[in-house]
Amino acid sequence: MEKTWNNKAWFLVLPVLLLVAFSAVIPLMTVVNYSVQDTFGNNQFFWAGTDWFVEILTSPRFWDALWRNLIFSAVILAIEVPLGILIALNMPKHGLGVPVCLVLMALPLLIPWNVVGTIWQVFGRVDIGLLGYFLNSLGISYNYTQNPTHAWATVIVMDVWHWTSLVVLLCYAGLVSIPDAYYQAARIDGASRWSVFRYIQLPKMKRVLLIAVLLRFMDSFMIYTEPFVVTGGGPGNSTTFLSIDLVKMAIGQFDLGPAAAMSIIYFLIILLLSWVFYTVMTQSDAEQK
Amino acid sequence: MLELRNVSKTVAGEYHIRPTDLTLKRGTLNVLLGPTLAGKTSLMRLMAGLDKPTEGTVHFDGADVTGMPVQKRNVAMVYQQFINYPALSVYENIASPMRIAGKDAGTIDREVKKAAELLKLTPYLDRTPLNLSGGQQQRTALARAIVKNANLVLLDEPLANLDYKLREELREELPKIFAASGAIFVYATTEPSEALLLGGNTAALHEGAVTQFGRTVDVYRRPADLVTAEIFADPPLNTIALTRSGHAFLIEGEPVIPVPAHLASIADGPVTLAFQPHHLFLHAANGHTTPLKARTLVSEIAGSESFIHLDFAGRRWVMLAHGIHDIEQDREIVVHLDSRHLMAFNQSTGKALVATPLAA
Repeated sequence: MEKTWNNKAWFLVLPVLLLVAFSAVIPLMTVVNYSVQDTFGNNQFFWAGTDWFVEILTSPRFWDALWRNLIFSAVILAIEVPLGILIALNMPKHGLGVPVCLVLMALPLLIPWNVVGTIWQVFGRVDIGLLGYFLNSLGISYNYTQNPTHAWATVIVMDVWHWTSLVVLLCYAGLVSIPDAYYQAARIDGASRWSVFRYIQLPKMKRVLLIAVLLRFMDSFMIYTEPFVVTGGGPGNSTTFLSIDLVKMAIGQFDLGPAAAMSIIYFLIILLLSWVFYTVMTQSDAEQK
Repeated sequence: MLELRNVSKTVAGEYHIRPTDLTLKRGTLNVLLGPTLAGKTSLMRLMAGLDKPTEGTVHFDGADVTGMPVQKRNVAMVYQQFINYPALSVYENIASPMRIAGKDAGTIDREVKKAAELLKLTPYLDRTPLNLSGGQQQRTALARAIVKNANLVLLDEPLANLDYKLREELREELPKIFAASGAIFVYATTEPSEALLLGGNTAALHEGAVTQFGRTVDVYRRPADLVTAEIFADPPLNTIALTRSGHAFLIEGEPVIPVPAHLASIADGPVTLAFQPHHLFLHAANGHTTPLKARTLVSEIAGSESFIHLDFAGRRWVMLAHGIHDIEQDREIVVHLDSRHLMAFNQSTGKALVATPLAA
């Protein structure tokens, strides 16, 4: 039978094409456009070539922000993944405790980012904040607006509070999908609690853990709202992560060219690191096969 | 020797296992036969010590082990699902019970290789279970059970998830594999034919109660009651309620079946007769058959056999006929019942009235 081409089909695909074009392709191309030109407004553009890229890649300001961001993501992952697994392991599997725990765990995830920031901003204040006031009355001179270490601690604790639930819920989903017979078999073998975790639960959770690590990495690497609300990137530049730096450059200083170049570099870094994570974690799976 | 003494298990006020006495000897194969939810798995869990009985005690070689946790009892169990450590190789999976027991590397290596050889797993020792076929995965689980050298080996429908061919193959090997070890084997199954093929002893289970325990062939040939006979029949047992009067069994005063010699001793009055579907024939094959008029319903052809569903005096019967018979629906035909295999049960209690003398 001869193949018939029905060009009307394109109309059905059109809405999606338009949506993707406007939401992803066109903005990205605009950024590319800005990154290789210079403008002083009035819709006048001058060719700049790779100047902006060179400027960004040689500026210590960019490398400092990148370095801060990498440390932040590493710390976040190092705390949230083990903590999430630990909480998921100890959550009840039957009975009334299940919905209670699930709702409690989901609560932080339901709060908008800027609200989370505001909550912690107030919570940590020395004069009226519960946490800040309490710590200071204990004799710990805590002040996140003056001490970079305190600012970091606040941002990290806030993120852990906000996002560990996501890891917990993913791990929990992985855990409840393990048939009871596995635990029974392990009991009959006399396997220790650690062996059950290491040889049954962890391998069975592997896939959801990969998703959890990827999501937490990407989100923490793009973090903006919470530190912006709490510390505004300070004190000094101590909590100025890439995205905060980028916004300062683009909106604050109106350096559109360098900001566009930085956006592209930023995007490529996330893409590259996500790819590395994915490959490493699926590689160990493939080796076993 | 494993003894269950008046053991029962209730969950939320409901009996999962009714008070049961059961004694299993070392070196024997014991089949737990019963439909789904009859309590086979619950009973196994009590035997293993995974659950504590609500009442009664469990004894092993005379010692009371009721409260002893499962890991101290030296029990091995194989499940319907293929349960292995997903991240470990087949070799490590088989070695795992011995590693926990703290055996030395040389012994472990020797035992693993022996078990792998026995279960034809030698070429797959380096693979992980997920890269094996279902049959190989279950062989791995069986190998783990073997190397453990347990006193009690519980096999909970181990072949149910395997395809037909593999099932036949493994079923044949299983008794041989475990024969040498001298342990007690318990094998749960829903299929009467599997119980007969495995031999040994059978405990028939119905709604959490053991209805009969004895040599498999004895339970099959001489069921103690109607329930046991029904558990041990696939396709389902044929039954009919009638009245004995003198030399014949009557339905509404009409003589239908002459009383065979082995049932001569039962008293006049109401009785339930039962027989296996393969004791009904399309043709009079020997001098012991009684012709009966029945109406055909559906016939199913399964391989080289035919299941012919019949309506006899308002009862649904099944005939298992050899060969392929494509019989028209809704027709009066004459079927022949071999009356030597009739079983007779008390109509109100369901207890067997006399033992059937003939081999099935």
